[in-house]
Amino acid sequence: MKGSRRESRPAGRAFVPLLLPVLVLLVWQVIVSLGVYPEFIIPSPAAVLAKFVDVLRDGRLLANTWVTLSQTLAGLIIGVALSVLLGYAIAKNRLLDDLFSPLIIALQSTPVVAYAPLLVIWFGSGPTSKVVTSALIVFFPMLMNTVVGLRSVPKSLRDLMLSLRATPWQMFIHLEVPAALPVLLGGLKVSATLAVIGSVVGEFVSARAGLGWLINDARYNYDTPLVLVAVLMLAVIARVLYAAVGLVERRMLAWRR
Amino acid sequence: MTSVSLAAQQLTITYTLPGGRSLPALGPITFAIPAGQFVCLVGPSGCGKSTLVRVLAGLQPPTGGAALVADQTVTEPPPEVGVMFQDANLMPWRTVEDNIALPLELAGVSREERRYAVHALLPKLGLADFAHAYPGDLSGGMAQRVALGRVLVQRPGALLLDEPFGALDALTREQIGLDLLEFWRQEQQTILMVTHDIHEAVLLSDRILVMSRRPGRLAADVAVTLDRPRAIADTYHETFGQIAASVRDAIERA
Repeated sequence: MKGSRRESRPAGRAFVPLLLPVLVLLVWQVIVSLGVYPEFIIPSPAAVLAKFVDVLRDGRLLANTWVTLSQTLAGLIIGVALSVLLGYAIAKNRLLDDLFSPLIIALQSTPVVAYAPLLVIWFGSGPTSKVVTSALIVFFPMLMNTVVGLRSVPKSLRDLMLSLRATPWQMFIHLEVPAALPVLLGGLKVSATLAVIGSVVGEFVSARAGLGWLINDARYNYDTPLVLVAVLMLAVIARVLYAAVGLVERRMLAWRR
Repeated sequence: MTSVSLAAQQLTITYTLPGGRSLPALGPITFAIPAGQFVCLVGPSGCGKSTLVRVLAGLQPPTGGAALVADQTVTEPPPEVGVMFQDANLMPWRTVEDNIALPLELAGVSREERRYAVHALLPKLGLADFAHAYPGDLSGGMAQRVALGRVLVQRPGALLLDEPFGALDALTREQIGLDLLEFWRQEQQTILMVTHDIHEAVLLSDRILVMSRRPGRLAADVAVTLDRPRAIADTYHETFGQIAASVRDAIERA
């Protein structure tokens, strides 16, 4: 029964998502060919591709990608774990809600870029400050989603579980987790892409490696093709993380279809 | 499980409003239902029928008096009691089979025993082909059958049913009511069922408790003297009409 409702796309439609990128490439090439802007402002697609092959060969691309990716993943995992734990406590306890909510709202509305320099001062210019920045940027939206998800558990299902003499642990694992899961996974999707931003912001402030650092470094040298390669690589990371959460979502929420 | 008695003794529920005023919502009400009896509870809306069920189910403490299950004062959800609500209240992420098995799973029954118990029940509920369907794929009547299965699988000594078929169309609710009678004939659980449908109450029960307007008290206690087993044909019987009329009369005077 599963999947039977999801119609397979007609063969022609598979190309639709490719149309826009191809169009962008064409326009880009046309602009370059007209020679309106010098090469160091808008390099040709061919130059970017050549640079890509270059940095792939000398290992700089993958080394820096790995630095950013590992910081992002560490920040994502730490941020999600902490926010879900605190979110659970807040959703369950009015007192904690009153205690934390004002601070959380204040911190959430402060742009990360503003306090990222502080984090670098406190945690150094190594990977730690980037992990912390990533974790922080993930923390607030994930916290909100956890609270909203847990509060959305229907009271009638709680009554049902109580009438079945469910223990608090059974209430958690058989009701609260599955009921909150759609909202939690929605938050995780957003968080995955935010974590990349956190990492890069940290690298912009001060770093010795990573794609954000690579962008900064290339910019000083007017190496615009390298900036573009690094930006595209960041897009790929964000897209892959987003897709990975999407995959988990489809597996775990099969009942929603 | 052997069937157990249900009772209320001088039971009251009073809510305290903001500002300190108190609002009597239910009672004092006293009644006793012997083990194995099928009783329907009717009364004007807002008279506290659902609240009474919640108190007997151990989901809400009474303000005064006591609810008793098997002669024991209810202080927490009693293990002998199965509760069914107006809404099917299924977990959308569980299949039909897993929804019905939930009480057994919570009680620590093994996977094989759960499967066995559920699959013995599914055909009787008319759900044999739907074991692996999700609630989102079911009609309202089928969802209520799953909810009925979930309460029956516990083999409870008493059933508390709060307008369980209230949201269903007339034909579906009559059929599912008769199916309930068949389960009851086999297991002889004590049943207390809230309904707003006099016709349904007379067709199914041994006895009908009529509650007054808020705060609900016992306004009438009507014995249903029709023979068992019951069938739709009984509804055309003269006695059926007389009992229904006396219940309606009691509600209007309540």
